[in-house]
Amino acid sequence: MDQQALQGSGVSEQFLTSSTNLMTNMNTSVPVPNRSLSGLMDRLFGWSALGAVILTLSMLTGILLSLLVGAWPAISQYGLGFLTRSVWDPVQNEFGGLVMIYGTLITSIIALLIAVPVSFGIALFLTELSPAWLKRPLGIAIELLAAIPSIVYGMWGLLIFSPILSTYVQLPLQHLFGGVPFIGALFAGPPVGIGILSAGIILAIMIIPFIASVMRDVFEVTPPLLKESAYGLGSTTWEVVYQVVLPYTKAGVVGGIMLGLGRALGETMAVTFVIGNMNQLNSISVFEPANSITSALANEFAEASNGLHQASLIYLGLVLFFITFVVLSLSKLLLAQMRKNEGTKS
Amino acid sequence: MIKRFSLIAALVAAFGVTAVKADDMTGAGSSFANPIYSKWAADYNKLTGNKLNYQSIGSGAGIKQIDAKTVDFGASDMPLTDEDLAKKGQVQFPTVIGGVIPVVNIAGVAPGAMKLTGELLAEIYLGKIQKWDDAAIKALNPSLSLPDALIAPVRRSDGSGTSFLFTNYLSKVSPEWKTKVGFDTAVNWPVGLGGKGNEGVAAFVNRIPNSIGYVEYAYVKQNKMTYVKVANSTGAYVEPDEDAFKAAAANADWKKSFYQVLTNQPGKASWPITGATFVIMHKVQDKPANASAVLKFFDWSFKNGDKAAVDLDYVTMPAAVKEEIRQSWAAIKDASGKAIAF
Repeated sequence: MDQQALQGSGVSEQFLTSSTNLMTNMNTSVPVPNRSLSGLMDRLFGWSALGAVILTLSMLTGILLSLLVGAWPAISQYGLGFLTRSVWDPVQNEFGGLVMIYGTLITSIIALLIAVPVSFGIALFLTELSPAWLKRPLGIAIELLAAIPSIVYGMWGLLIFSPILSTYVQLPLQHLFGGVPFIGALFAGPPVGIGILSAGIILAIMIIPFIASVMRDVFEVTPPLLKESAYGLGSTTWEVVYQVVLPYTKAGVVGGIMLGLGRALGETMAVTFVIGNMNQLNSISVFEPANSITSALANEFAEASNGLHQASLIYLGLVLFFITFVVLSLSKLLLAQMRKNEGTKS
Repeated sequence: MIKRFSLIAALVAAFGVTAVKADDMTGAGSSFANPIYSKWAADYNKLTGNKLNYQSIGSGAGIKQIDAKTVDFGASDMPLTDEDLAKKGQVQFPTVIGGVIPVVNIAGVAPGAMKLTGELLAEIYLGKIQKWDDAAIKALNPSLSLPDALIAPVRRSDGSGTSFLFTNYLSKVSPEWKTKVGFDTAVNWPVGLGGKGNEGVAAFVNRIPNSIGYVEYAYVKQNKMTYVKVANSTGAYVEPDEDAFKAAAANADWKKSFYQVLTNQPGKASWPITGATFVIMHKVQDKPANASAVLKFFDWSFKNGDKAAVDLDYVTMPAAVKEEIRQSWAAIKDASGKAIAF
């Protein structure tokens, strides 16, 4: 029993452990004195664990099926063309998902553009540069960021961050590039600090702790032997990180980024506060108010009339389900790849 | 292990206890009406011990819940048309009245100092009037010094009865709004930032200079927001207060039908963007005991709840209308065709 518990906890400490691993670990039985009782307990435990797996999987398929059924009126009406239509008019009963899909993707991409370099710096500092006494408090402080409820980020973004953004970033940028073609259009829009860019920045702050802690964990699994050999050959810290640590952990790093992306795609409350909830797509400006899938769902679902409006919202949910599923599958594949290559030359 | 099981058992027991008793009334819908229904329910519960379980989930969701018969009554800020009601076998009656008020945030403009017409509001929300020093706005407000600044229109991002009244009013006064946008709890807004809930719109307007938004009366009053006077159908600019909402409600022909959207009502003293909130029930009741409890509750509230409603900045129904509502309840019957007693 003890040994299993140990194995169990070891497994659960690794992120993204698949439940099948748990099952194979479980079947390796351990000899204990009271055979019949512990044998029964073992089987009970096995069944309940299997039950948990089946329950989770059937919930997943159940959710997928109910999304499909709920979205069917919209799917049969628009087909895949829904993804490229930009109309969203509840009065005329005309719906298309392009605005929200674009908003979800662009805010997540902005979030990644900001969060990845910052997280890399954090992880690098914590594993390679930080003095030992600073490592723990700093690491905990960054992980605490992940514990802040998203609505708090949303309110902070709306009341404190977006005025700063509009006064000190948007207005100067508009003054600077106002007349320049293309670049000027990138910064157009009402100077209110609410829109795609603020949503992207808030999302970046929210996913930094996730990406940073995964990166730190994978940086730490780099064998000291490799690093010390490189240092011994006269490499600088940057050379060690760039040529030893990163190649050794690149799959894990990408996996961590994917985790952050998954979270950014699904975030609702913080985004709905600062994105502006505007269902029009007529500008490439990052300061224009826009909408995201989650935000549209949160705002409109309760009041959506039966029929096409509701079905279109569920269709959007299905699209988000699909996007997140692809992102998470990719991250799992990469992580599996990393485990396979551990210790080998990459 | 055993501790954990007992914890789960305790949790299950706790939830079991808090579950709704079968003879409690349930209602769902309008968040606008939630404060007053909750207050009435609390007072009524103290007197009679009967409980109302009201879920403030939004008007549209309330209509869905009553259609599915999961609740004893639905509550909606948007009245259903008489045809809809007949088709679904439901009846509706109004309970309280409220008003929707445009608010602005312009430096140097005091509450009530600015005047706008419905047409101008429509043009602002269509994106046709973009600056505060537009000639049309200046002509109405010669004494105000309006800035040469872009207008930032703010509206509700969630579907809401407030948006329904506002867009319904704009559709009545602006043919262009009617054809381009129309009216509903959520519409395809041509311009503007979306804030979630009255509090979201209020937060945007308070924060963004040169913005304009629309919120329920209680928000204007409690947050002392800079409201705008809007011309009513006679061209008069009245203060948005209880009397103006009452005046608008008094002019509606409640005798004919309870389907009354009180926007752009006649009468010199009427506030143009007024609306009632409604309760929807099924004509044939599967659970007559619950229906009877609901009717008794609203009967009691109409008799004794006016003060609570006024305290919460709602406007109560005129006595004559209340009497008509009571008479209309004769249409609510049990399966055998007997009217539900209240």
